[in-house]
Amino acid sequence: MAFDIKGVLAPFSALKQGTKPPHTVRYPKEKKETAARYRGLHFNDLEECIGCGTCATICQNAAIDMIHVDGFETNSGDSGLRPRVDNGRCCWCALCVDVCPTGSLNLTKDYVYVSEDPDSFLWMPGVDNPEGKENLSFQSAEGKPLLEYERIPMHELEGTERVKSFAEVLLGYNEEEARKEAARCVGCSICTDICPVHMHIPEYINAIANGDDEAAVKIIYDNNPLGETCGKVCTRRCETVCAIGHRGEPIAIRWLKGYATSTVNNADLIEKIVNPEILPPNGHSVGIIGAGPSGLTAAYYLSLRGFNVTIYESKSHAGGMIMYGIPKYRLPLDSIDKQVEYMEKMGVKIKYNTKVGKDITLEEMKQHHEAILIGIGFEVPYELGLVGENEEGSIQAVNFLRNINSDRHVEIGDKVVVIGGGNVAIDAARVSRRLGADVTILYRRRVEDMPADWEEIEGAEDEGVHIHPQAIPLEIILDENKKVKALKYANAEMIPDPEGGRPRPKIIEGDEHIIEVTSVIGAIGQSADYNFIPEDIKNQIEIKRGRIIVNEDQQTNVPWLFASGDIANRRADAISAIADGYRAVKGIEKFILKSENK
Amino acid sequence: MREKETTIYLGPQHPGITGNMMVKLKVAGDTIVKAETHVGYLHRAFEKLMEQRTWTQSFPIVCRICVPEPDPNEENLARAIEEIEGREVPERAKYIRVMVLELARLATYGLWMGGQSGSMGLYTMPQWTIGDRDYILDLFEELTGGRVYHMYIWAGGVRRDLPEGFTDRVLKTLDYLENRLPDYDNLLFNNALFQKRAQGVGIIPKDKAIEWGVVGPPLRGSGIKHDVRIDEPYEVYDKLNFIVPTSDGCDVWSRALVRRQEYEQSISIIRQVIEKMPKGDYYNKIPNPLTWQVPPGEAYVKTESARGEFGYYVVSDGSIKPRRVHVRGPAYVHGVSLLEKILVGANIADVSFIMNSLGTCPPEIER
Repeated sequence: MAFDIKGVLAPFSALKQGTKPPHTVRYPKEKKETAARYRGLHFNDLEECIGCGTCATICQNAAIDMIHVDGFETNSGDSGLRPRVDNGRCCWCALCVDVCPTGSLNLTKDYVYVSEDPDSFLWMPGVDNPEGKENLSFQSAEGKPLLEYERIPMHELEGTERVKSFAEVLLGYNEEEARKEAARCVGCSICTDICPVHMHIPEYINAIANGDDEAAVKIIYDNNPLGETCGKVCTRRCETVCAIGHRGEPIAIRWLKGYATSTVNNADLIEKIVNPEILPPNGHSVGIIGAGPSGLTAAYYLSLRGFNVTIYESKSHAGGMIMYGIPKYRLPLDSIDKQVEYMEKMGVKIKYNTKVGKDITLEEMKQHHEAILIGIGFEVPYELGLVGENEEGSIQAVNFLRNINSDRHVEIGDKVVVIGGGNVAIDAARVSRRLGADVTILYRRRVEDMPADWEEIEGAEDEGVHIHPQAIPLEIILDENKKVKALKYANAEMIPDPEGGRPRPKIIEGDEHIIEVTSVIGAIGQSADYNFIPEDIKNQIEIKRGRIIVNEDQQTNVPWLFASGDIANRRADAISAIADGYRAVKGIEKFILKSENK
Repeated sequence: MREKETTIYLGPQHPGITGNMMVKLKVAGDTIVKAETHVGYLHRAFEKLMEQRTWTQSFPIVCRICVPEPDPNEENLARAIEEIEGREVPERAKYIRVMVLELARLATYGLWMGGQSGSMGLYTMPQWTIGDRDYILDLFEELTGGRVYHMYIWAGGVRRDLPEGFTDRVLKTLDYLENRLPDYDNLLFNNALFQKRAQGVGIIPKDKAIEWGVVGPPLRGSGIKHDVRIDEPYEVYDKLNFIVPTSDGCDVWSRALVRRQEYEQSISIIRQVIEKMPKGDYYNKIPNPLTWQVPPGEAYVKTESARGEFGYYVVSDGSIKPRRVHVRGPAYVHGVSLLEKILVGANIADVSFIMNSLGTCPPEIER
């Protein structure tokens, strides 16, 4: 082999590199600037974070756990916990960042951390490194969201189609849609905390996502026997706090519940699926006044616990406000009947057309039952306080809705004004549209101040209801036959509250108008009729602003007397009533079994 | 007189062993009579771990199978899932993936040059190539947020779009690396000492190469033209022009020549990618990663990594977690059975030298 002189000399050309400046950064005098998306140590914006724990769920190294931060107060819709990262386990893959529903958790460009204390490598981003906020680098906002922020749209009848009948507006999810919608859930349970009943929301949504609708139904019935009703008309505070709702559309929790319960179409099937454990009769008897959501709930779970329960219902149907207050296009009759039938199968006895105070007195009831629960609801409407209010053509929304739901004819003519801004007002307006009338809603404040559900407001507008905000009715004008002819109202301006409360409407002097109407429907609220309670008991229990004061077990100052539903809570919605009923079960059980043990 | 046989244990902690494994050598004088490879020092059960993690959670795991070149692992897992699910990948994402894979190849060859030179005592070369590799890692840092573990290619595309002006910086780095090649040649490839050490050492006979399961540069260094990028093109390799260099020497020198030429090919591929890369989407979003179920099915996919054909066998039973992920990397053959064969007759001083020429990677053997 020839001697390769070139090959021997060539490597010496490397010597010329000695004259060139070095490439390396002279650490620690000089520090290398990290890239804009560098994945360094975590930073968590504590205010933005809701403690949903999705970061901990996605972390494949189990490096994140959720713990309480001392001295840090959080609001509702927040678990109160914040992530703590074990930097000994973390691999900085930043899946936690990309999955964070609120976008509060991000990575910084800091990557140096030196300590002799091994425990100090467990730290809480945002708490232990507040300066990280200035050094954010890898952020979820830059990429596409890992979660699904768009809700599977719900099928519903067109507005023009809806007003032709009382057919149910929402057509419901089909199986595939329900599975897809359920699969969006991260299972954080923030919703469970805010739900008055604390329904097992992530669990039944997970069951739906996994294709096990029966398991979902069983989970729903665990603490809510009116799941189907809630699946249609619940005020769903759960959705307002949904983690996904922070940057997207919240999971359609209500509709998923509606989907799962609608797969069970008769009481026998509910019994087969739910198959609850029923304790043997314990010989105790409970009387319940009113078969509304709270009364039914209490009766159902008391029956399962072996109590002998009788509900006294003044009307011919069970359901209370959900039966007589909610129009059938939102909640069909057969749906309520099915649920009540199932409860009756489970041992709940209902005495229909039995009004306490008229057909039976409270004292008589007390002779039969050891404890009594009052769940009579708010059925007496507030008067508008206008001249001409009690004449023909002026009606009250609750009475109107009750008559319509009882298949009675109500003459409202072709031009209706509804006064009020709550769900009852919207219901009355939408029902009036279905009866063929032109409908205007007059509301004192702005549209955004309306206590009604925004979906209901939108639904009403789709159906052609005209909403006139900042309008205060002044007088009902009657014709010569003392029949409602027109309504005089004034426009109002909003005056800011100097104390920071919500602005108040104030009539604009001279801005008065008259509209011709055939009917005026009042919907400005209701109260309860407590006349059936004897004076001596009434003197013992405490009634404040129309509501009976109860303790956390729904117990009044009279130990054997309990109260639930609208008469005991200010939320005045079905789910709060159900929650009251559920609490009352525990309270009544405690009360009766405690006196037994004495 | 026949020399007395002695046993030497090379590794598991030895700088020349390119990871943690051990070669038990029976030597007579300084000639190897028998070589026995022992692995089991860094088994991390990645395949099993993935069976306990969701599909998306598996991605931060697979990139750890090979430290110097994690990207083929990410790409393989992503493509296997996409194949089972029938998920479309945006064209732009495919180009970006090829760019990442080829940048990874350049970085890996930089490491290899350093290791190959270091194992024969030429310590200037690793200073250079590992330093130059850092310019590629800078690009990775900018693109993915991580220098070594990228977590960038995942099912449906890539995790982030290219940053503003990124391709210009890639081109600039490529120019720099290309300009460095004459320096590398002078110091290593034209180096008479290297040639003398490499030629005729670590022979993989051409007629045995396929039988022994050799892949990648060692196979091409034995004169067999085999490259997954050409034979079964994936991503957008069928839209790019490049050659597959081969060399007939069957020895360490041939393998070095193949890699040296591929280095230039990769630079050319990345330039073509930048030129042809379309605008548009970079990621066909998967559903919620916590509940994402991949339909039942199985797929075997492979890429041409810097060390050769790299395969993933992935099985889904329709749940949110993989039923089975089997990783078949080139080092499994190169570092275990092949090494035992070709070390026989070699000099003790050449063990690390030969291991380096095969691209042995113990973390990948054991997974």
